[in-house]
Amino acid sequence: MAAVPHPNARATSDTYIGFGVPLILPAWVIIGFFLVVPVAMMLMYSFLTKEFRGGVIWEFSIAAYDQFFFDRGLFGDSPPTIEWTYISIFWRSIWQAGVATFFCLIIGFPTAWFIATRTGRNSTIWLFLITIPYWVNLLIRTISMKFLIRDNGPINEFLISSGLITEPFHIINTNLAVQLGLFYSYLPFMVLPIYAAVERYNFALSEAAADLYASRTVTLTKIILPAVKPGIVAGCILVFVPSLGAFLAPDLLGGAKTFMIGSLIEEQFKGNAGNWPFGAAASMILLSLVLIVLTLYARQQTRDQD
Amino acid sequence: MAGKNLDLRRFPGFLPLTLLCLFLLYAPLIVVMGYSFNDSNSITRWDTVSLRWYYDVFYGVDAPKFKAAALNSVSIALMAATSATLIATMAATAMLRAGRFRGKSVSFALINLPLMVPEIVTAVATLIFFSALGFTTGYLTILIAHIVFCIPFAYLPIAARMQGIEAVYEQAAQDLYATRFQAFRLILLPLMTPGIMSGFLLAFIISLDDFIITNFVKGAGIETLPTAIFGAVKQGIKPNIMAISTLLLVVSVGFVALSYFVGRMGGNAKPTTTPKGD
Repeated sequence: MAAVPHPNARATSDTYIGFGVPLILPAWVIIGFFLVVPVAMMLMYSFLTKEFRGGVIWEFSIAAYDQFFFDRGLFGDSPPTIEWTYISIFWRSIWQAGVATFFCLIIGFPTAWFIATRTGRNSTIWLFLITIPYWVNLLIRTISMKFLIRDNGPINEFLISSGLITEPFHIINTNLAVQLGLFYSYLPFMVLPIYAAVERYNFALSEAAADLYASRTVTLTKIILPAVKPGIVAGCILVFVPSLGAFLAPDLLGGAKTFMIGSLIEEQFKGNAGNWPFGAAASMILLSLVLIVLTLYARQQTRDQD
Repeated sequence: MAGKNLDLRRFPGFLPLTLLCLFLLYAPLIVVMGYSFNDSNSITRWDTVSLRWYYDVFYGVDAPKFKAAALNSVSIALMAATSATLIATMAATAMLRAGRFRGKSVSFALINLPLMVPEIVTAVATLIFFSALGFTTGYLTILIAHIVFCIPFAYLPIAARMQGIEAVYEQAAQDLYATRFQAFRLILLPLMTPGIMSGFLLAFIISLDDFIITNFVKGAGIETLPTAIFGAVKQGIKPNIMAISTLLLVVSVGFVALSYFVGRMGGNAKPTTTPKGD
């Protein structure tokens, strides 16, 4: 989302002045009717009564949100206490997405730096190598990861046959597997914005720091990191946000103990739970979380520009 | 200070980390590609090299299922990418060439909205929408959902390209009594071709790749390639899945490479250079 040129970034021409509205209309109609209206309806559905085996009864109810946040006992007559089941699923998703983002940053920053400091064509080739895996189907990448880290997968086979371990290294169905899957899914998203930021970085600043006897580490932490911070923040957002609502990595690589938001929502519509208002409510809560992150990001950006 | 590395662009350890990054990105894919040529019935034991599982994909028991799914995937991707490219080209012309108009700043957010809303939320919202309106979920609902999320991906390279084309060409055409429509068709559109092709190809790949939204809005009887593969993988990874994954991988990478080279066609279209993108 960061790469789209802003309409006011550059003085535009007005060859087709007066045609703005008819030209933009198809985009408005399609996205408005098939995305904005559906999200509004989802909000509405989250306040309706559930019908068993999917669908809703058109009767106002806050049962979905109540079920999410509160526990009122089996017959709904006990005083409400906080229900931790779903909150902890959200919390786990935030944690898993956070860990994946952290590892993407650790690997992604040096990579982006290295690529951005190559000259001419070399830089393009390196960058191309980083982007290719992103365009490979996410499902196929997740399957590949699953194949690789299985108990009797190539990694374990290799480690056992080389005598380094005797028992297979159990990763699949653990939190680590999901983190690895998320890391693998969104790593290129971290590299690209940081690359763009480093490319704009003025190396005269590094020279000035070196002239003033700053060590390499000090130059990195006091000069470079603040200068490329917008790229780092953008990269973290681009990894964190899709990780939060990810479905494939937790579903294929994780187990029952690594249940995340995406699976919780999916289960309400495609799985056995069949509680549409609850699924809609969980989706609304996820959407709110993402919008909070994006708003904070937008405010941060405007502050950086001042 | 001889011997000390004075290149300020270089940090020790960054090259190994970059290589590690590339290794992590490619190793799983290369392993799966390798194992797709395994003759063995089991995915664990390595036998001899053969094309057995590729043969199985095309002529085996599951072949009709995968063929139907592939046909759905490709036809939906073609139509979704075509529609999205058309809509995105018009939108980019409005945003970059039509001066001010009402709702312009909202339009920018709207075009990018499909990128901001988490995929699973879009999936839920779209399913609810179709079900509330009494649409039968199936081929058409998949197609509509795909058009929506393809728009920003098509818009991206198209708008980037259009921003790089200075208005002087169209202004010169109009000075020579071309109508605005002629200026668009004969000047802007030919210069835009690489951006439009690139946008189309990206939208095509994005549509071909989608699993989550398709899984929600597809009806019971219809599969696209990703949903068919997902369904098969739920019963365990079989060797034919690795062959089909490799095929899909090759197609995706081929299209992206094509999009990349097409996007670079015609240079930068700045007034100082001769435009050759026709």
